[in-house]
Amino acid sequence: MIEFRDFSLTYPTGSRPALQKIDFIVPRGQICAVVGADGAGKSTLAGVISGVVPHMTGGETTGWARIGSRMLAETPASELVGEVALVMQNPFNQLSGARFSLREEIAFGLENLGVDRAEMVRRVEQVMADLRLTALADLSPYEMSGGQQQLLAIGSALVMRPAVMVLDEPTSQLDAVGAGVVFDALETLRTQGVTVILFEHRMERPARCVDRVLVLDEGRIAADGQPDDVLTDPRLADWGVAPLRYTTAARQAVERGLWEADRPLPVTLEAAAEGFDAALKGARTAGGL
Amino acid sequence: MVLHIDSLVHRYPNGMTALAGVSLTVKAGERVAVVGPNGAGKSTLARHLIGIARPTSGRVEVNGRDAAGLGIADLARSVGFVFQNPDAQLHAATVAKEVGFGPRNLGFPADRRTALTEWALRVTGLTGEADSHPRHLSFGGRKRVALASVLAMDTPIIVLDEPTTGQDHRSVTLLEELLRGLHSQGKTIIAITHDTDFCAENFDRVVVLAEGRVQWDGPVEHWLEGAVDPPVSAFEQPQITRLGQRLGWPTPVVTVDGFLDRLTDHASSAD
Repeated sequence: MIEFRDFSLTYPTGSRPALQKIDFIVPRGQICAVVGADGAGKSTLAGVISGVVPHMTGGETTGWARIGSRMLAETPASELVGEVALVMQNPFNQLSGARFSLREEIAFGLENLGVDRAEMVRRVEQVMADLRLTALADLSPYEMSGGQQQLLAIGSALVMRPAVMVLDEPTSQLDAVGAGVVFDALETLRTQGVTVILFEHRMERPARCVDRVLVLDEGRIAADGQPDDVLTDPRLADWGVAPLRYTTAARQAVERGLWEADRPLPVTLEAAAEGFDAALKGARTAGGL
Repeated sequence: MVLHIDSLVHRYPNGMTALAGVSLTVKAGERVAVVGPNGAGKSTLARHLIGIARPTSGRVEVNGRDAAGLGIADLARSVGFVFQNPDAQLHAATVAKEVGFGPRNLGFPADRRTALTEWALRVTGLTGEADSHPRHLSFGGRKRVALASVLAMDTPIIVLDEPTTGQDHRSVTLLEELLRGLHSQGKTIIAITHDTDFCAENFDRVVVLAEGRVQWDGPVEHWLEGAVDPPVSAFEQPQITRLGQRLGWPTPVVTVDGFLDRLTDHASSAD
């Protein structure tokens, strides 16, 4: 479980708090998406959860935050290794620089923890299979494409079997196949009880799989609820989040009488198709009268 | 034509073939999206356009001149390249210095330098960050600095590698406006992207690269009609196109406005 209580943080060079009076609880096994404009505080929140902020960046905090029984203000990143895994936005920044094949890079964290070799091999092979990386096992991370590096960074985190995974735009450089693999992996994590905090800009896949969407706006929580509610909120674009095309099309169709006004706005392809089908059938019936 | 690539092969020192004979011609003012699966060779292809990769065999011509005879500095006058990873190209202590570096390096006169730098900062929404250190900005902010740095060089060809990655809604809207402006100025725009909504709404031509070869090349509408086997390009059609298909519409829709017009037609034809 992750809990933030009245938590604020101001960086040493900051003129205003990067996070202001943040309050939320994410229960174990929940998948929570965090969205918001550039500079809304998303990376800071990711950093706090993973123990990087303020321990490595500096900064004044008020209130408190904890993961399980560990108070984050008193727990630097080094003590959260194995418990919290952070997958950064730029996978290149996450490479160890010390290992020169994908297989060894994924194993690097386990090596540092002194995990038994047979167990290490088993876990690394499993993660490579899950992320469809086995064919690239002997390739140097430095010869891989940006998208392949992104899957590698996710693999290096998954192999640690953390209780909490923090993913910062994990599919931004991935093709549709790679993105599908990552979101399938999230479903597996859910069944294993792993808590996932997912930072995203593109919401189509998250709209289907996350339990909850939390919106940050200028360091504050602007909205917190189920994807169906938050992603159809008329303020979404003002918060710096692109509404799904399904939602935009339905909202504009209401004005043309081509979306039933009492039908919720859709966030998935299926809900949109069902609503527009119903509207067209309604128009045909009205035309036939 | 501004770009002519003929039978381009790129083999890395470890023997891996990234490009296995790419041939491609781009005319001035075209808007071309290069799509394809991870590891298809898209970024490698882009690196050839600015001379930081050189052909194992084959030929790259930029503005009618063989790139093999041009140095990186010569090519920089013709082709601006915005890296996928902004940290690969940022080095100055302030955003303004970073953006001003390119035009200074190209030897532009002071008044043109100033005008280009101010314009590039404005169209990327960075005027208020001119004195900030680029490293203090978010990833999305650093991406915009990298873009502004290339814009300020005023090249006729602009190549963008995954430009929407890490960009919030406002930044993507700003980028789309900027691309429309650059297109109206006659610039040639090539983007490598996995963002099919962005691709469909902002580009005219799609080149599908897979396994180091051009697998398909044609107008965006034909691509959306399913002219390419989706597994080959590993792409997912734009949301609005899939919605049209789900409703059984035979020809693809690309934009929300196009969808609403088609919907209105279908509703009124029910009369």
